[in-house]
Amino acid sequence: MSEDVTDNSVEERVGKVFKETLNLDPAQYGDSLVYNEVEGWDSVGHMMVVAALEQEFDCMLEMDDILDMSSYRKAVAIIRRYSE
Amino acid sequence: MISLSGKVAVVTGGTRGIGRAIADTLAAHGAALIVNGRQGGEALDRAVHEIAAEHSVPVVGVAGDIGLAETSAEIARQAFARFKRLDIFVNNAGVLMDSLIGMIPPESVDRTIDINVKGVIYGTQAAVRLMQRGGGGSIINLASIIGRFGNEGQLVYGASKAAVIGATLSAAKELAARNIRVNAIAPGFIETDMVRQLPEDKYQQRMASIAMKRIGTPTDVAHAALFFASDLSSYVTGQVLGVDGGMLV
Repeated sequence: MSEDVTDNSVEERVGKVFKETLNLDPAQYGDSLVYNEVEGWDSVGHMMVVAALEQEFDCMLEMDDILDMSSYRKAVAIIRRYSE
Repeated sequence: MISLSGKVAVVTGGTRGIGRAIADTLAAHGAALIVNGRQGGEALDRAVHEIAAEHSVPVVGVAGDIGLAETSAEIARQAFARFKRLDIFVNNAGVLMDSLIGMIPPESVDRTIDINVKGVIYGTQAAVRLMQRGGGGSIINLASIIGRFGNEGQLVYGASKAAVIGATLSAAKELAARNIRVNAIAPGFIETDMVRQLPEDKYQQRMASIAMKRIGTPTDVAHAALFFASDLSSYVTGQVLGVDGGMLV
């Protein structure tokens, strides 16, 4: 699952999680994909994204990172750290 | 035979008393364990080795004060690193400091709330994510008969255990859809180190208030925990089960 951890693949996989979990396409929303500002990414959706990201990257996110993950861009940056 | 084989359980405050009995009972039914003890060191090492040796299950010790969020986070990290799953989380660690109203030191208020209330909240929060990855789980909180009915000299303890019941009911509602059940056990008068410190007259007074005319054992409480941990209670959530022999306070 984690054999390919180049930046592009991380971003691609994070994008896939957002698409499949929240039905939000990062390619479409880009930088405006922000927590609580798009329909579907509320607190319940956030916990679903976190669970799906942990599953996809076989990791356990720290509480600070979960609270800090307030945009798609931040999510990619945070997940990169766990994929190193 | 109830089997918890393949499941991973956490017991906070699991080195002695009710926590130890719960840890032993879950291990005896096949669960792998993470046992938390506040002080760590020899007491925790001994508990870990004894439980592992007696029940032939993997047992991991995590030392730390459960009133600190970091301890629960470390427990979840260990569950993930060692077992990749978490099925049962027993929020057992607790403290009891009796004081009459007007003589309650602020330090004992803080300490009691930190361990008995914040510990349960942090433990619940740490448990949930791994549980939902595995498709569900069971959180078991140790409340007390005092949290339901109150007792003189136990303003702080009663408040803290009532809070445990409130946390149980709220978490049960929020987590039901994720197949995570949350229940509480409210023990009555149980034979532990806490009780042995009571003066003889107080001890007899408590005994007289128990309809079944005997003190409870840690194993009596552990059997209730086993019920909540197992699939026997698969449709039970948000309940407070008294294990008190019909005690009246």
